[in-house]
Amino acid sequence: MRSTAVKMVKIPSEDKRWRLVNAAMRRHGNKPDALIETLHTVQEAFGCLDDLSLRYVAANLQVPLSCVYGVATFYNFFTLKPQGEHNCVVCLGTACYIKGAPQILESIQNRVHIKPGETTPDKKISLLIARCLGTCGLAPAAVFDGEVVGKLTADAATDKVEGWMKS
Amino acid sequence: MIAEELPKIAAQEREEQRKFKHHIFVCSGTACLSAHSDQIQAALEKDVEERGLDHVCAITGGGCRGLCASGPMVSVEPAGVLYQGVKPEDSSEILEKLDAEPVKRLQASTETPFYKRQKKVVLEYAGTLDPERIEAYIAAGGYGALLKVLTEMTPQQVVEQITRSGLRGRGGAGYPTGLKWSTVAKAQGAHKYVICNGDEGDPGAFMDRSVMEDYPYKILEGMTIAAYAVGADQGYVYVRAEYPLAVKRLKAAIRQAQKNNLLGSNIGGTTFIFQIDVRLGAGAFVCGEETALIASIEGKRGVPRPRPPYPAEHGLWGYPTLINNVESYANITPIIRNGADWYSAIGTEKSKGTKVFSLTGSIQNTGLIEVPMGMSLREIIFDIGGGIPNGKRFKAVQTGGPSGGCIPEQYLDIAVDYDSLLHLGTYMGSGGMIVMDETSCMVDVARYFMEFCMSESCGKCVPCRVGTAQMYDLLNKITQGEATLDDLAMLEELADMVKHTSLCGLGQGAPTPVQSTLRYFRDEYLSHIVDKVCSAGVCKIHQYAEVVR
Repeated sequence: MRSTAVKMVKIPSEDKRWRLVNAAMRRHGNKPDALIETLHTVQEAFGCLDDLSLRYVAANLQVPLSCVYGVATFYNFFTLKPQGEHNCVVCLGTACYIKGAPQILESIQNRVHIKPGETTPDKKISLLIARCLGTCGLAPAAVFDGEVVGKLTADAATDKVEGWMKS
Repeated sequence: MIAEELPKIAAQEREEQRKFKHHIFVCSGTACLSAHSDQIQAALEKDVEERGLDHVCAITGGGCRGLCASGPMVSVEPAGVLYQGVKPEDSSEILEKLDAEPVKRLQASTETPFYKRQKKVVLEYAGTLDPERIEAYIAAGGYGALLKVLTEMTPQQVVEQITRSGLRGRGGAGYPTGLKWSTVAKAQGAHKYVICNGDEGDPGAFMDRSVMEDYPYKILEGMTIAAYAVGADQGYVYVRAEYPLAVKRLKAAIRQAQKNNLLGSNIGGTTFIFQIDVRLGAGAFVCGEETALIASIEGKRGVPRPRPPYPAEHGLWGYPTLINNVESYANITPIIRNGADWYSAIGTEKSKGTKVFSLTGSIQNTGLIEVPMGMSLREIIFDIGGGIPNGKRFKAVQTGGPSGGCIPEQYLDIAVDYDSLLHLGTYMGSGGMIVMDETSCMVDVARYFMEFCMSESCGKCVPCRVGTAQMYDLLNKITQGEATLDDLAMLEELADMVKHTSLCGLGQGAPTPVQSTLRYFRDEYLSHIVDKVCSAGVCKIHQYAEVVR
């Protein structure tokens, strides 16, 4: 498993974000076990894992592309599609579920007309669901653009989303 | 750092702290942060400076006080005053009343059963420790246990202490920790690894998140002691990517520990070498299973493999590996510091020590609690938890996440420990406790967990991959009022099959919510099937609506 000297494949473009990706791989000695950590870095830098980045990471870590694709699709945290300008993650953990999260999700869905995991055609809003955010004390909760909002109501959630639609 | 330096750092830090007459801690846990506790801290810092109080009053982002629903929490030490629901504009009032009577409007009583009935071992120093400074941890007695172990004890003695303490794995199954440690210690291998399982995937559970956020040093110290005991040279903390604050604090803690020679080479001036790295999870529930977690650290898909061989003999990259849960490691330092006898005096005959629970759902005091093993569910829910809000009636409490079951009212007086919960058809799990009132439909709850297991199934073994999907379909039919009694019989048969033939804990545990709700709430299933009625009013049974019309 533990490969020694690795010949690096040239970066796909002059985009400076590739340097972050290279740094992540180097930090783990360009070894195959750096795969998940590297994919985290790619997603953080580029927003999603596209075809080009998967190929690049596969070549540099000397992992078959099929395995890279397997890992990228196995874990829920990774996304192969670009995300919208804003994103809304509704928590569907047990505490949120019994405190009305399904109704909140439904009202948002009715407003933006997309299902969880999808992005609106104008690329403005992505709707996602989370298994549990760990903020059960504030159930029901959702994350709007990285900000956790607890004790959420369906009205407050749709207001927030409508604000994005108008912006 | 060598052993003699530790007291010096502690004394220096205490001296530093004594300069301040007041110490204000603003909770910086995820729950309080999302209620904007960072703005409160900023407001307090600004006000302190403007009033020229910066030499008498220190402001620190502290740990969780437990009562998450009443956040943001602010505490003033050493007066021991606790404020709840604080807003940034309250800062000047809090500062004005530092030397006077506390602000009544915001004050939270610490005399309530919520605080009085708890026993803090894992969550010691509750909320009054800066989670981002190693000096604060050392001043509070931190790393004393590690240096004691390194200078006064042999690895065998450490294992013996942990065995004698009676500590059992806090991840849920309750395997004796000492036994696990001694197996890894005896195993042969050129390398050995120590892993901390921080992939807290159970929905409705956030104990480990809180422990990692508030006590990162305590986990590192516990892991380092474990590494010494089993002879490991490398450790990994596997944390969910969904817990960014925990990741940030653990990484910072590792850096500070390295700087102080408490991690790395020559730890504490001895020849002991141990390194810890953080590995991020990527949102797969199955990675809480130890062999799947190991695969994930190796950079692969998190798919479990058959055991034996157990990770204790054949783990990460084929080497002997010790895997414990976050809370298990957090118990190690108190055990070493106070002795195995002190620890084993807490709890019940077969379950020693305390357990941290996250109390959520339909309950007054949602938050994080730590109680001795053996406390009754009634005390936990009605005394500490404050009972059910809005005059609703208690229906059931769910423990153990998607692999656990529901406990009805008639068993509220049982003493909570590993064995009593197993006896009731559920299990301890990592410590999520979700209280449900009469507005929750138990069939819908079973369906909810089955959906969870179905979509989280890794797909490797057939019983879990196909069985959970079939069971979900049947449960869906029941909640839609379209099922027959034959479907119910099929559901029970499948539950038994999936439980006994699945490869790992995910599949083996998946039928538990169904089996336990069938055991205690069979009438609800029957009313969905026969009468086409959901008494809780949760399920939308179309057929019934048509008949009425």
